[in-house]
Amino acid sequence: MTDIAAQPSAFHADHDHGHHHDADHKPAFFQRWFMSTNHKDIGTLYLIFAICAGIIGGTISGMMRLELMEPGIQYLPRWAGTDNFDVALHMWNVLITAHGLIMVFFMVMPAMIGGFGNWFVPIMIGAPDMAFPRMNNISFWLLVPSFILLLGSTFVSGGTGPGAGIGWTAYAPLSTSGSAGPAVDMAILSLHLAGASSILGAINFITTILNMRAPGMTLHKMPLFAWSVLVTAFLLLLALPVLAAAITMLLTDRNFGTTFYDASGGGDPVLYQHLFWFFGHPEVYIMILPGFGMISHIISTFSRKPIFGYLGMAYAMVAIGVVGFIVWAHHMFTTGLSVNTKMYFTAATMVIAVPTGIKIFSWIATMWEGSLSFKTPMLWAIGFIFMFTVGGVTGVLLANGGIDNYFQDAYYVVAHFHYVLSLGAVFSLFAGFYYWFPKMSGKMYNEFLGQLHFWVFFVGVNLLFFPMHFLGMQGMPRRYPDYPDAFAHWNKIATDGYMIMTVGMVIFFVNVIWSLVAGKKAPNNPWGEGATTLEWTLSSPPPYHQFEQLPRID
Amino acid sequence: MLNPIRGLALGLLASFALASAAPAQAPVPPAAVTGAAPTTVATAQPAKPADIVHAAPTPGIGQPTDKISLQPQETAIGHEAQRFHDYILLPMMAIISAFVLLLLLWVIVRYRAAANPVPSKTHHNTFIEVVWTLVPVLILVCIAVPSIRLLAHQYSPPKADLTVKVIGNQWYWTYQYPDNGDFEVVSNMLKEKNQVTGKERPRTDADGPRLLAVDERMVVPVGAVVKIITTSNDVIHSFALPAAWVKMDAIPGRLNETWFKIDRPGVYFGQCSELCGARHGFMPIAVEVVSKEQFAQWVAFKGGTMPGAKPANNPDATSPNSPAVAGSGTTPPVATDTPVAGTGEKPPVTSQPAVAQN
Repeated sequence: MTDIAAQPSAFHADHDHGHHHDADHKPAFFQRWFMSTNHKDIGTLYLIFAICAGIIGGTISGMMRLELMEPGIQYLPRWAGTDNFDVALHMWNVLITAHGLIMVFFMVMPAMIGGFGNWFVPIMIGAPDMAFPRMNNISFWLLVPSFILLLGSTFVSGGTGPGAGIGWTAYAPLSTSGSAGPAVDMAILSLHLAGASSILGAINFITTILNMRAPGMTLHKMPLFAWSVLVTAFLLLLALPVLAAAITMLLTDRNFGTTFYDASGGGDPVLYQHLFWFFGHPEVYIMILPGFGMISHIISTFSRKPIFGYLGMAYAMVAIGVVGFIVWAHHMFTTGLSVNTKMYFTAATMVIAVPTGIKIFSWIATMWEGSLSFKTPMLWAIGFIFMFTVGGVTGVLLANGGIDNYFQDAYYVVAHFHYVLSLGAVFSLFAGFYYWFPKMSGKMYNEFLGQLHFWVFFVGVNLLFFPMHFLGMQGMPRRYPDYPDAFAHWNKIATDGYMIMTVGMVIFFVNVIWSLVAGKKAPNNPWGEGATTLEWTLSSPPPYHQFEQLPRID
Repeated sequence: MLNPIRGLALGLLASFALASAAPAQAPVPPAAVTGAAPTTVATAQPAKPADIVHAAPTPGIGQPTDKISLQPQETAIGHEAQRFHDYILLPMMAIISAFVLLLLLWVIVRYRAAANPVPSKTHHNTFIEVVWTLVPVLILVCIAVPSIRLLAHQYSPPKADLTVKVIGNQWYWTYQYPDNGDFEVVSNMLKEKNQVTGKERPRTDADGPRLLAVDERMVVPVGAVVKIITTSNDVIHSFALPAAWVKMDAIPGRLNETWFKIDRPGVYFGQCSELCGARHGFMPIAVEVVSKEQFAQWVAFKGGTMPGAKPANNPDATSPNSPAVAGSGTTPPVATDTPVAGTGEKPPVTSQPAVAQN
């Protein structure tokens, strides 16, 4: 048994035939999964991690929907195990904080970039592995203590009660003087680790994509998923250090007497919001851009047509990434910005609709005159296009600074970002999962269960999130555990939608387990002539080390 | 919080103001006590001012319903924004979503494999790409013009008739009236009957809906331009009044300004709109818009003074710049009263009875 870690040369494409291993030689269990330097194994680890985090984050949202099903506080005191009303209400804030952080940092990002990015970017560009396999490994393993810190924070004091109840945005001074106790410090450290993990991952992807493309694969011939991960990696690299600085200052304000965000010491609470959203807005594109890439491949594959307007698609993503950095204050329209600032951020934000529109129309044009087959990944992809459009147009509404005096921090915003994330990013994750499941596992998923999953989930999430528009139009604020009785009707329907969605998730897990155990063996390319990227030229699952002889792209 | 010397000085000033204003105070218009039992017909002697009879909110106005629409708007800005939303943004969103949906349905039906077995190889069409870049730009310009205009209007308030300083606290609001002797109103959410302890007053339907009703509303005169200054004593809160299209964060160490002018008397509710800790959902905002006379009476009841209550003024004169009638301009000593019937109001706990403002 060779210790592959001791022989990094084994990863390279040089043909050291003298060695006794072949492309499928795998190290022992512990070495393979805990000391991995193989991009596919690390991608698998990321996917498993994201699924676990998604179950936890989804369960938390179920607890929230249960509490919101009827007016009044029904469950929080029981869950918190206390008669103290304030402690019970604090638990609500812990739930919303945990749900947001888990879904952003431990579900969507690890699945998209860590999972599918690791699995398929090297293969798509014809590379044997990532540029820095060991750094790839630490990127993943930093997430584990990070997640443990976040989950552990719910067991220590966060001020009013156990856990960090500061929202995923962690606005000062609620997150500084407003929350005594170590829970918030643990949450901040958790974000530091997750951020470091992502920065290392971003460096790895940029280096890999810029340096390790197969001969002949110019940037303008590179598959769109690789493009999307490249843009995402640059966003990560530029945005996350700002987050790290912002939350480090939170930490020193909390523990070392600095006053970066404390007006009584010359600081400014709004400074934190500027820094946070300078990271936070690119972050939402970080969560959706790889999805754009996946959707492009799936639409093209199941239309049996090349992607329409390839260059426009690639540079639309670049444009979204660039403009995404100069629109952050639209999250802060009610903080007392000057009129000129508000006008600028209104106009700049609306500009993003243009490249997004280019993508939507190019996907439809790809299907136009195609020969469409509606396998499960295609259903998710078409669902994505429409749901993302709905989330996109409400984004144009929210871009208007004057309108936000009404909608800021109301449920309309919750509806909007769940349409682009829960129905956008998550739809693209499911699309990618079904698309690549045969490649990753070597087994076909069950087509009937896959389509059933789509339809049940589609009905469920729309019932869950569409009424939130109505709640927001009537002014229901976010992050409320209880609401005036006038909001009861649509909240009840939203909770019904959650339950339907849960049934969809059960179908998904049944499908995954059934397919892994008893699925048919997958051919190299189950999707036919429309699937043109390099992963379909390999076996399913691919050999442990692929492309020991680099492919040549014409 | 007044130190003794300042308190003494203010007391002296107050007594002077009282004396000099006395002649003006006799003829109080009956309207000043609209609807109330005639408890406060002012005489030459300082009578104790009673609280106004607080209005019950109107269902469907100034509070949420389960309708699929915006809350009815009560300000000019609100009407402008509502028109922008209803006639430009909403149709734009509906048309674009429907257009994309129709295109998707069309390609799904027309180009399904059974109907179109041989796919074309088209992958490029410069003309159509330019079209779907420029048309959205034009749509956005059509949105941007009214949007920017709305912003400009929001940021050009008329001259303020009244300033209210809104202070967020964990977890209640305080309203200070610097133009009216700087008295302060502490506004707490009213609990339900089964939740009150001790001598707390439970909510009644006349106070407003559950989770929205408060013990002390912010009272402002009808038709007056109210300048709102927000700040906070602890963490960030956000003062929201959907019926007036107003939302402004209350940030510790900062003063933010916004404004509204509501032309219809009534009660309008809002809720704190920035996460502020455990009871974030339990610090509602209630604004009661009353006639100018009632406002003056309420101010007097709270121990404040009306600006523009010049000694020789005709009490009926209500110039736009001084929304208050002069009648209750002077401030007789208050405090130590029993609650006024019908309102459950406790006597004001606020500071000096007479702070000479003018």
